[in-house]
Amino acid sequence: MFLSPAAMHIPDGFLSLPVALVGWGLTLALLAAALRRANAPSQLPFMGVLAAFIFAAQAINFPVAAGTSGHLIGAALAAILLGPWQGMLAMTAVVSVQALVFQDGGLLALGWNLFNMGALACFAGDWIYRRLGALQGRRAPAAAFLAGWLSVMAAATATSLQLAASGTVAPQLVLPAMLGVHALIGVGEGLLTAGAVAFLRAAQPTALARPAGTFADRRTAYLLLGLGLALLLTPLASGFPDGLERVAERFAFDANARALGIGLLRDYALPGVSNPALAAALAVALGAALLAGVGWLLARALARADS
Amino acid sequence: MHIHLADQYHPGSGWLHQLDPRVKVIICLGFILTASGLPPGSWLSLAGLFLIALGAAWSSGLGATFALRRSLIALPFALAALTLPFTTPGERLLEWPALGLAVSRPGLIRAGSLLLRAWLAVQAAALLLGTTRFRELLWALESVGVPAMIVSLLGLTYRYLFLLADEALHMLRARRARSAGGRGPGMRWRAGAAGGMLGTLFLRALDRSQRVHAAMLSRGYDGRARILQTRRLLPSDTWALTLAFAGYGGLIAAALMAA
Repeated sequence: MFLSPAAMHIPDGFLSLPVALVGWGLTLALLAAALRRANAPSQLPFMGVLAAFIFAAQAINFPVAAGTSGHLIGAALAAILLGPWQGMLAMTAVVSVQALVFQDGGLLALGWNLFNMGALACFAGDWIYRRLGALQGRRAPAAAFLAGWLSVMAAATATSLQLAASGTVAPQLVLPAMLGVHALIGVGEGLLTAGAVAFLRAAQPTALARPAGTFADRRTAYLLLGLGLALLLTPLASGFPDGLERVAERFAFDANARALGIGLLRDYALPGVSNPALAAALAVALGAALLAGVGWLLARALARADS
Repeated sequence: MHIHLADQYHPGSGWLHQLDPRVKVIICLGFILTASGLPPGSWLSLAGLFLIALGAAWSSGLGATFALRRSLIALPFALAALTLPFTTPGERLLEWPALGLAVSRPGLIRAGSLLLRAWLAVQAAALLLGTTRFRELLWALESVGVPAMIVSLLGLTYRYLFLLADEALHMLRARRARSAGGRGPGMRWRAGAAGGMLGTLFLRALDRSQRVHAAMLSRGYDGRARILQTRRLLPSDTWALTLAFAGYGGLIAAALMAA
């Protein structure tokens, strides 16, 4: 029943550290932009309840064929009903609560998960929904179907690219597999989104009549989303298997980092220690002492904030 | 109630439950960062991280297998990573020329490290979420720098989550009761019916959000959520944070020496 499509919520460990951190950077920029636009705390109760609605909506399913059922991620529906920026914030709440309460998806991977299911899926759905002139009304259900389908496909593509850029799986394997499965999941998403829009058009048309935003409203989002996808494609263009790591190697970053780590331990901190076992033990002790200092400073900062 | 509506919190009074939630968040993030940053093949350091997780679960009275139980959630991704030994070039260990398949040593090391670190990260998060109430977690997130608006939004979402999910489950039960096991004339019709349920749920949520807002205003809501701070950092919290980071530092240094 609550079978959220697990292949969308990336758990921790499957993204390499640089890829995960880039995702957090992009998502923080998108969230900052969204918060600037939704800078009305009076909307908080509205968005909170509607995020809970999206969460609950993921429970509503319908039988498609033997054994499978169509159900919702909800990004396109959120974008259609709330507008792309607020829809993105609602989806942010949904995906974060899924990670923080139900452990669907990782914490370090949450950056990209929010990017995929929050930002990218909402803006992709919103883009095609407005493109097809759905705000005029008559074509709304058909446009909502495509919006739902496209939002799932966009999120699945981005998820595949992140896994491939991390060197977790070869792109020529993950892209067809993910897109194949999600082309079907997307049909379920599309049908449900279309059904909801058709119902609301009949029952309460005002719920669908949100003001049509201008392009300028969305430019920041398109820029950041485009940047994210471009960053994901760069390492793939330079060749599998090592993705970003190969790029890092090309710029000798990896080698430098490694040399720095070992060099610090071997040449600077441990002069004159010739016994390798002793050197290793000292290096471990040094690393422990260094990070213990960091931990202690963090604790000090927390204690200062208390007083 | 379905499994996915089961909060991961696990009541208890061990030392992990008592630890300052902010400290727990930082220790957990440090653990996941360490696990994700170790170079492939750092078996010794990965084993060290596993011992830290196991020790934390065991010594805080959760039982050694507590965190292991959530590990299955990463399964679909684990299947993807299992293709790595076949696709990574390098020294070949096994070959099936008839199938065009070969297992490479770097691929095997890579896949093994990846699965282990994912498995460890899941355990760290399970320990954090299993011993921290959501309210405490929100407070911790706000005090380590998450914007107040996001924290309020998460709090409101969580508060109405179970209510609206219950309403959705009632609708599903009503549909089952009325359809007598039948499925309706066709897929489009079924999707339309489910869409109608979605739309109804949306209108009810919209209505509820207006009542919630009015109730909040009448109680003096001015856009800021005030959280009563009852927790102060104790010396034991400082010790836990320092020791955990010392452990991470030692394991990272060991991995770098081996690389």
